[in-house]
Amino acid sequence: MDGSMLVWMDIGHLNDIPRPGSRVVTTPGIDIAVFRTADDRVFALHDRCPHKAGKLSQGIVHGDSVTCPLHNWVIGLEDGQAKEPDEGCSRTVPVRLEDGRILLAVGGA
Amino acid sequence: MNMIAPRRSRLVLVGNGMAGVRALEEILSRAPHEFSITVFGSEPHGNYNRIMLSPVLAGEKTFEAITTHPKSWYSENAIELIAGEAVIAIDRDAKTVTGELGTTRPYDVLLLATGSNPVIIPLPGHKLPGVIGFRDIADVETMIAASQSGKHAVVIGGGLLGLEAANGLARNGMDTTVLHIMPTLMERQLDPVSAGLLKADLETRGLKVITEANTKAILGEDRARGVTLADGTELPADIVVMAAGIRPNIALAKEAGLACGRGIQVDDGMTTSDPAIFAVGECVEHRGALFGLVAPLWDMAKVLADRVTKTAATDYVPAVTGTRLKVTGIDMFSAGDFMGDGNTDDVVFRDAARGVHKKLVIRDDKLIGAVLYGEARDSAWYFDMIRTGADISALRDTLVFGPSVGGGEAAGVETLPDTAEICGCNGVSKGTILEAIGKHKLTTVDQVRARTKASASCGSCTCQVEGLLAFALGGDYDATPKIKAVCKCTAAGHDAVRAAIMDKKLKSIPAVMRAMGWTTPDGCASCRPALNYYLLCAWPGEYADDSRSRFVNERMHANIQKDGTYSVVPRMWGGVTTAAELRAIADVVDKHRIPTVKVTGGQRIDLLGVRKEQLPEVWRDLNAAGMVSGHAYGKALRTVKTCVGSEWCRFGTQDSTAMGIALERMTWGSWTPHKTKMAVSGCPRNCAEATIKDFGVIATEAGWDLYVGGNGGIKVRVTDLLAKVATEDEVLEYAAAFMQLYREEAWYLERTAPWVERVGIDTVRARLSDAGGRKLLQQRFQESQHHAQTDPWAERAAGAEAHEFHALATVE
Ligand code: SRM
Ligand SMILES: Cc1cc2nc3c(=O)[nH]c(=O)nc-3n(C[C@H](O)[C@H](O)[C@H](O)COP(=O)(O)OP(=O)(O)OC[C@H]3O[C@@H](n4cnc5c(N)ncnc54)[C@H](O)[C@@H]3O)c2cc1C
Ligand code: SF4
Ligand code: FES
Repeated sequence: MDGSMLVWMDIGHLNDIPRPGSRVVTTPGIDIAVFRTADDRVFALHDRCPHKAGKLSQGIVHGDSVTCPLHNWVIGLEDGQAKEPDEGCSRTVPVRLEDGRILLAVGGA
Repeated sequence: MNMIAPRRSRLVLVGNGMAGVRALEEILSRAPHEFSITVFGSEPHGNYNRIMLSPVLAGEKTFEAITTHPKSWYSENAIELIAGEAVIAIDRDAKTVTGELGTTRPYDVLLLATGSNPVIIPLPGHKLPGVIGFRDIADVETMIAASQSGKHAVVIGGGLLGLEAANGLARNGMDTTVLHIMPTLMERQLDPVSAGLLKADLETRGLKVITEANTKAILGEDRARGVTLADGTELPADIVVMAAGIRPNIALAKEAGLACGRGIQVDDGMTTSDPAIFAVGECVEHRGALFGLVAPLWDMAKVLADRVTKTAATDYVPAVTGTRLKVTGIDMFSAGDFMGDGNTDDVVFRDAARGVHKKLVIRDDKLIGAVLYGEARDSAWYFDMIRTGADISALRDTLVFGPSVGGGEAAGVETLPDTAEICGCNGVSKGTILEAIGKHKLTTVDQVRARTKASASCGSCTCQVEGLLAFALGGDYDATPKIKAVCKCTAAGHDAVRAAIMDKKLKSIPAVMRAMGWTTPDGCASCRPALNYYLLCAWPGEYADDSRSRFVNERMHANIQKDGTYSVVPRMWGGVTTAAELRAIADVVDKHRIPTVKVTGGQRIDLLGVRKEQLPEVWRDLNAAGMVSGHAYGKALRTVKTCVGSEWCRFGTQDSTAMGIALERMTWGSWTPHKTKMAVSGCPRNCAEATIKDFGVIATEAGWDLYVGGNGGIKVRVTDLLAKVATEDEVLEYAAAFMQLYREEAWYLERTAPWVERVGIDTVRARLSDAGGRKLLQQRFQESQHHAQTDPWAERAAGAEAHEFHALATVE
C-alpha cells in the first residue's frame, strides 16, 4: 500500500463496537472487519478468513485473536496470521483511535 | 492510480493430471506471480489422485476424497482451467495452442503433461462397447455401471493395474477372471515364488487367474459378450478391461514436430527439442527410459520448476522406485533388481504357514533389490539401503529379518536413518517428517499429512507416520490427561467449574475466571461459551446472557452458511403445519427473494440464503403469522419429531402427534449443554425414529415407553430404556426432569449420548426413578423455562442487538 495515498476516515465511535467484538465496514472492494478487544484496542482485517473465506467479523474475539465462525481457525488481530497449526493470513488494514473515534485507512491500495 | 504491471509471461499447461499440476504447484511455490497460467485438460474435472482410482473402484474411497485440486483451487490461484477440451494442435511459430472446441491460447512457455494411454491390444472385437482400459474416473464409472447390469468380467493383464482392476470388479460383485500371458503374475515386480503366493491369495478372494493365457478374440456383436482363448476356452464377459501396459501419449507432440521416441524426448532439464516447450510425467522419455509410477514425476516436477522459473539449473536424476499393490489385505513391496544374475547372491526367507516370502538380492556387499510378500512393514528400511547403496556386510547375517531382529516388536521406524523414504508417493523422508513434527509441534497424522504430504496419496505409509509421531512425541503421544480441562486457558475440569459456580456463588464470566485461575485475560472461543452456559443454567433469570461469548449462530439466532448468509428455520410444532402457515412462509420467501426453501431432516422448513441485514425483517414477517424461532442454530431444544399416531394410522396406539406438540411446547427455548432432540412414535414401528433421539417416546397399548441418550449423527447411538409410564403427565414430568438433570450435570458440548455413557444409564435411571428427586428437577426446569421462553426473533425484530445486523460504516 502506498502510504502517501492513505486517507484516514472516521468510521464511528469505539462504543459502536461491542466489547469484545467486531463490526463491518463495507467498501466497494472487500468488507473490512474492525475489532475491539476487551482492553479497548482496535484492529482491522479484511473480513475474510484465510481458510475458506469465513467472515471473521462474526467470530468470537478473545485476547488479541478472533476465532473464525466457520471452522474455528484462530487469527491474530495484530498481524492477521492464523495461529498454529493452521497457516495463512488475512490482510491487515491500518486503524487508530483518536479521542474515542475510530479512524480507518482507506484508499491507496 | 495503479501502474500498468509489466506483462506477465504466459504459461500454458496441456494435461491436467498428476505430473502437470504438481509442476504448477512447484512453479507457484517458487514464483507465485511470474506467470499468467492456463491449463487445458481433456477430462472434465479438476485434478485427482489417479493412483487412488483403485480404492474408488473397490468402494473404499469416493471420487471427492481423491480430488486433490477442485476447481476452486484453480480460481484461488488465478489459473484459467479449460476442462473438458483436449488440445489438438500446437503452432510453434505463432506460439499458440488450440483445443478441439477451437479455444486458442498464446504461450511463452508451454508444458506438456499428457500422461499415457492404456495399450488396447488390437484383438478382433477390441472396438466393441464394453472393452475399456483402466486409466481415468470415466473408466471406473463404466466398470461400476457394468457391475450393476452384468455378472462377468474379464481383465486382460496380470500386472499391478490389472490386478487392482480385477480386485475392484470382484468387490463390486462380479465374477472376475484375470488373463495373464506370462507364467507368473506381476513378473516385473515379483519373483516367481511371491507371484505364486499372490495368485493363491487372490484366488481365496474369489478371483480366477489364468496364466499363460493367449487371448484370441473378444466376442459380441453390438457389445462385448465374452472372450475366447487360443486353446478354445470361452469366457462370458459383460466388460473386458485391457490392462496390458501403457503407452506415452505423444500424438500432439509428434504432430508439432517435437523429437519423440517412444515418449516425448527431454533432456536432463525436462526441455524438449524446442526450448520453449517442456514436458513432464508419463509422456516423456528421458535417456531412453519411460515412466509408470508417480515418484519420479515429483522429482521431474521440481527440476522443471527450477528451470522454468530460472531459480536453479538442476538436473533430473533417475532414482530407484518401489512398488506396492493397492489391494486391501495384501501386503507386498518390491524395488530395484529383484531377479539378480550370475554376480548376485540371493538371501531368502520363507514362512509358508504365514504366507510370508522375502527375497533380497545382494551384489558387492550392497543391497540392489528386494521383494517382500506377506509382510512388508520393513520396506522403508530396505528401500533406503537400495537407494543409498549402503555397505551391508556387517548386517548380512540378519538382514532378512529386518531392523527389529532380536528386539521383537519394539523396533520399527525409529531404527531407520533420517534419509529413509517413508512416503514413496510423495518422496518424503523420515528426517523431513521428524523436522516438521518438531518445528510445528504436530501431534496427529492429519497434521503431518497437511504439512509434508506424507501419506497423502496412496496412504500405505500411514502406519509408519504414526510410528514416527509416537517416536517423536514419546509419552505425550497418547498420554490422556486424567481430567479433561475445559480448554487450554485452565487446568480445571468442567465438573470443578460447575461446582465452584454454585459453591462460591460466582455470577459472571470474569468472576469464574478469577476464582479458578484462568491463564488468559478473557478466555477463548472454547471456554467462554461453556462458562456462559454454566452461568445461565445456574442462575436462571439472574445471569445476563453474554452475547459476546456466544458462537455466531446463537448470537444471530440463525445458522451461518458457508457463503456468510444465514438460514432461518421457524418452529413447526411436532411437525404439524397449516395452510395459513405455509402461505405465510411462501409470502416471506417471495417478498425477501429467499433463494432456497428446503424441508429439513427435523420435520420443518428451512429458508436458506438470507442475508444478515434481512434477518430482522424476515423474522418480523414470520412472527406476524404466529411463527417463532426453531432454534435450529442453538445448543438448545431443536425439534420434536412425531408420527401421525392413533389419529390416522391403522397401527397407532396413542396420539403421538399431540404428545410431541405438548413436549415441544414445554421444552422450547431451553438452552442445553449441546443440542437436544426429541421424537414421539405412535407404536413400536417407530416411524419418528425415537430410539435415536436424546429423549424418545414410543407409545404402546399400555402407555408410553421413555427412552434416553440416543443420537444419529457422527456416531449413532441407540437409546436406553428409562422408564415405562401410563399417562401423558408422567411423560412430561420425566421429560422435564431428564432435561434438567442433563442441563445441570453434563459438560458443555456433550450430547446426551456420550453423557449417558460417561455417567452410566443406571445412575440416570436411579436419579429419575426417585419420585421426590424427579419432582425437584422438574420444578427447577419449569423455573428456568419461565425465563427462557421468550422468542429471540421477536426481540430482535423489535430492535434488540441492532448493531449485529448493520455495517458500522460504508466507504464509497
Ligand atoms: C438443516 C438440517 C439438514 C436438513 O436440511 O435436513 C441440518 C443442518 C445442519 N446440521 Fe444437522 N441438520 C438437520 C438435521 C439433523 C439430524 C436429523 C434429525 O434431527 O432428526 C441429525 C441426526 C440426528 C441427531 O442429531 O442425532 C443431524 C446431525 C447433525 C450433527 C451430528 C450430531 C452428533 O451428535 O453427532 C451435527 C454436528 C454438530 O451438531 O456438532 C449437525 C450440524 C448441522 C449444522 C448445524 C452444521 C453447522 O454447524 O452449520 C447444519 C446447519 C445447516 C443450516 O444452517 O441450516 N447435524 N442433523 C436439519 C435441521 C433439522 C431441524 O429442523 O432443526
Ligand atoms: C488405476 C491406477 C493405479 C495406479 N497406481 C499407482 C501406484 O500405486 N503407484 C504409483 O506410483 N503410480 C500408480 N499409477 C500411475 C500414476 O497414476 C501415473 O504415473 C501418473 O498419474 C502419471 O501422471 P501424468 O501427469 O504423467 O499423467 P496423468 O495423470 O494421466 O495426466 C495426464 C492428463 O492429461 C490429459 N491429456 C492428455 N492429452 C491431452 C491433450 N491433448 N489435451 C488436454 N489434456 C490432455 C489426460 O486426460 C490426463 O488427465 C496408477 C495409475 C492408474 C491408472
Ligand atoms: S449432513 Fe448436515 S452438516 Fe453435513 S452437509 Fe448436510 S446439513 Fe451440513
Ligand atoms: S473459513 Fe475460517 S476457519 Fe474455515
